[in-house]
This record gives sequence, C-alpha cells and structure tokens, in this order.
Amino acid sequence: MSVDTATVKRVAHLARIAVTDEDAERMTGELNAILGFVEQLNEVDVDGVEPMTSVIPMEMRKRQDGVGDGSKAEDIVANAPMTEDNFFLVPKVVE
Amino acid sequence: MTELTRLTIAEARAKLVSKEITAGELTDAYLAAIEAANGALNAYVAVTPDKARKMAAASDARLAKGECGALEGIPLGIKDLFATEGIHTQAGSHILDGFEPRYESTVTANLWADGAVMLGKLNMDEFAMGSSNETSYYGPVVNPWRAKGSNKDLVPGGSSGGSAAAVAAWLCAGATATDTGGSIRQPAAFTATVGIKPTYGRCSRWGIAAFASSLDQAGPIARDVRDAAILLKSMASVDPRDTTSVDRPVPDYEAALGHSIKGMKIGIPREYRVEGMPEEVETLWQKGIAWMRDAGAEIVDISLPHTKYALPAYYIVAPAEASSNLARYDGVRYGLRVPGKDVIEMYENTRAAGFGREVKRRVMIGTYVLSAGYYDAYYLRAQKVRTLIKRDFENVFAEGVDAILTPATPSAAFGIADQDMNADPVKMYLNDIFTVTVNMAGLPGIAVPAGLDANGLPLGLQLIGRPFDEETLFRTAGVIEQAAGHFAPERWW
Repeated sequence: MSVDTATVKRVAHLARIAVTDEDAERMTGELNAILGFVEQLNEVDVDGVEPMTSVIPMEMRKRQDGVGDGSKAEDIVANAPMTEDNFFLVPKVVE
Repeated sequence: MTELTRLTIAEARAKLVSKEITAGELTDAYLAAIEAANGALNAYVAVTPDKARKMAAASDARLAKGECGALEGIPLGIKDLFATEGIHTQAGSHILDGFEPRYESTVTANLWADGAVMLGKLNMDEFAMGSSNETSYYGPVVNPWRAKGSNKDLVPGGSSGGSAAAVAAWLCAGATATDTGGSIRQPAAFTATVGIKPTYGRCSRWGIAAFASSLDQAGPIARDVRDAAILLKSMASVDPRDTTSVDRPVPDYEAALGHSIKGMKIGIPREYRVEGMPEEVETLWQKGIAWMRDAGAEIVDISLPHTKYALPAYYIVAPAEASSNLARYDGVRYGLRVPGKDVIEMYENTRAAGFGREVKRRVMIGTYVLSAGYYDAYYLRAQKVRTLIKRDFENVFAEGVDAILTPATPSAAFGIADQDMNADPVKMYLNDIFTVTVNMAGLPGIAVPAGLDANGLPLGLQLIGRPFDEETLFRTAGVIEQAAGHFAPERWW
C-alpha cells in the first residue's frame, strides 16, 4: 500500500500537525519508503495466531478504589503556557 | 593518585567508604570534567552543579556517620527522558519547552534513595526516536571515539547517545538510559560501554516520558559489567504506580558476577548472520563464541525464524503507540504553545513547531496504521507477528538454552550527518536489527564491548536472556569482558 500527498495531508490533520505543501510532498516519499519496508510482513502466515497483548504474562494488579493523591491543582497547572485561577486557558471553542 | 573520574563505581564506592576520598571531591571532579568537555561533546543538556554539591554534602554527612546507601556519593547523569523534580525535563524536544516537572520518576527516586548524586540531564534523540542522537532539539552528541588518525566527528548512537558518550568520556560514573528498540545497547556498543535493557516490567516506567509503552524499559549504561549490575539493582523495583511493573523481588545482581558458566548452553542464532554485515563483525562474533566455549559453555546452533520480521513489525507497533502517547503534547498543559485562530489550529501549529522531523514522521505513520480501514492490515498483523517472534525465543529457551549470543550492531559508529542514513529513514532503522527482537519479546539484553575494528572503533556483542534472568546476562557478559579487556577512547576533547 502507498499513500499520495492528499492522504498525507489528511493524516497530518488527524495527527494535528500543520504541514505545508512542501512538507506533505517530502513526507509522502518518506512514508512510502517505510510502508514499503513493512510490506514484507504480508509474507508471514499469521492464521490462527493470537495478537500480542502483553509480553510478560501477568495478572492485572488492582488497587483499592480510594483517593490516593489529589489537591494539587497548582502543581498540575504549574507548567502550562496560559492559566487563570488554576484553569488551563485555551482559545474559545464554543460560540 | 589516579584521576577521580577514572574510577569505576565499585572503586569509588570502596574509596568513599574507607574515607580515602569524599563525595564532594568526586562530584567536583566530575563537574570540572563536564565544564571542560561539554562544549565539544554536547552530552549534557542541563548541568545541575548546585544540586550535585548539595547531594554530595548530604552523602558525606551520611558516610561520616557510617550510614551509606548502595550508591552513596556516586555522581550520575540522567537521560532527559526521566522526570526530575524542578529540573529541566524535555525528552530532547522543543515541545516540552521549559518543562520542570513537580514530581520525580520512580527510577531516579530509587537512585537518590540509595545516595546517588545528580550531575545533570543528558542529551538524547527527541522522545527517544533515533539511532544517532541527531534528532535532538539540542543538536547531536559527539562520540568521544574517533577513527585512528581521523578527526571526523562520529555519532555515539541513540537514542541514549548523551548517556553513552558521558560514561565513555568520564563525565559521569554511570548513567540512566532507556531502550525501546535498542536505545541502550546500540549506543553502548558504539562507545565501548556496557548497557543492559532489563526484562519488560523490571524497572518502573512511572515518570519516564512514554514513547512506545509496550516496549519502553529503563536500564543503565556503565563503564563495566559490575557497575551495570550495581546500577540496575538500584534502578529496578516493584512499583504500584506502574501496572506493568512486575511483582518480583530484585536480586543482588553483583553477586551473580564471577560465577562459572561451565555447562551453560549458549545459543547462536543463524538468522543474525545478515547480508552486507562487515567481516569484522562476523570475526568478533566468532571470537565471542570461542571465549564462551573456553569458559566451559556448550555452544549450540539455534534458529529464530521470524527474526527478519521484527524490525518491520516494530515500525508499525512503535509508531502506533507513539502517536497515541504523543497526543498529549498539544500546547495546553505544558511546554510550547504556538497560537492559532482557533483551538485546532493552535494544536496544529504547536505540534508543527514543537516536534522535529523524525517525531512527526513516526506520529504520521502511527496515525495512518491505526486509521479506519487499516488497523487490521497493519497493527493487528504486526501484533500477531510479535507473538511469533516471542514464540521463537520461548522454543529455544524450552530446549535448555540459557542465553543467546549475537553481535550488538551491524556496524561500528558512523559519521554525523551521514549522507546515506539521511537520505533513507529505513537505512537508519537497520541499526537496530539485532536489538529490536529483544524489545518485541520483552526479554533482557546486554551489550558488552568485545573489540575494536580496523579503524580502532569499538564493536560490541549482545547476550539475550530468559525473562527476569538478568543474572545470567551479567555472568556471561563478565566472561566476555574478562577475555576482551577494557577499551577507552584517546582523549582529544
């Protein structure tokens, strides 16, 4: 399978990365090189093979359903580019 | 007196306990070495002299009282991927601009609890995506090794290039690193240092910026096998904050050293003899086999038939997981923000400016292979192939093989801005051809220096072990180290 520049632009939008026409063109070549490389997986017979979910067989550890941490609003917003009263500030999303 | 920075961790530990030296003196020696060398090598992206001196003073106070942790007063470098409270943590990326976490990663917290001293944060490929340390926002790290008679700058490997270069150039006694496809073992091989990627689940991933969560593992890079064993003992733990942390006590790895390997079965996988591999790598591998045999091990030929599919499967699984993990960098909660006319444009502009080329490439691949209609063809198939890769290893271990010996990398260190590698991303990816299988199967792997090529550049061998059998790796790597000797770069910086 290979991608064209229009697909690359669509994927870039899904990934929320702004691309110029020039970027999209360059990425098309690079992505096709990688997709070409992974194509060889089609040679492998995977009939009846379970997909890997965990490399180390282990039971999921469960914890008590209780509050273990919290009341750290200031720590949480400390690194944000824009905040007000411990809220994150973003451009308006609803009219 | 020998230069303080040349002491191994084990040697420094003995001198600190006997009060022959102080943690303050040792730390100052490293800080002076960093000051003199970092301009040329670019191994550190942030140096923390005040914190280092304070931690060293606290260590000296404890040593005076006869209380000492396993790493009391030992100065270490920390890969920029680990969250360190109040200190530069940017994963080698521009998108985490100015990020200083309010918490400490479990691995680094374990090191400080054992008395270690932090010298600073080490350069790395952006978000650990790279094999040459050239994708870092902070520019490439220069390998302290150069070819005989040449002054051409070489890469230290990646992604833990800063860690490997700093250890090899005596800019820290040891370093933390991480390995998703070979990021500990390949740079270790390029710099004649020892690097171990432990079994998945052995070190907590809490507080380590995530790249590919099912593959990422932390481990040490050190000057010798003993130091690597000492560091891993402190880094590893059982952590309730990481659900993939495995509930198993951490053994005393150092105690495993020096035991005989007589009667051990060492597997030699025929699939690791790849086309275009330099003669010297093959010769070194044969030498390693001979050293193992001389030490009393039984050498057996084995087959790992799905080896060649590990790298292509990795380049689906790792980008897929990365595209999800890196979705959090959106200019809202931390780091860089580039404004836009609305929130979507703000995300897009921030990520366009904040991520470098390689990271964008992998996020795009990941987004594509997970997108509607392609999931089964790519991701699901890759995860099935991964099951087969793991089964290959299980089969040979079931036949009684204790460890597997392979080359660590298909070549020695290459030049910075290598034309071929830059022109074709896949060529760069092939650096991990011998290491990536281990991540795909969750197994432990160690790279140990084994010799120099005709140009005088280091080459390493890799040993792969059963899950949670790091002790066998330290033991067998110790045999190689003893036979091969130690290698140090000639100082030019």
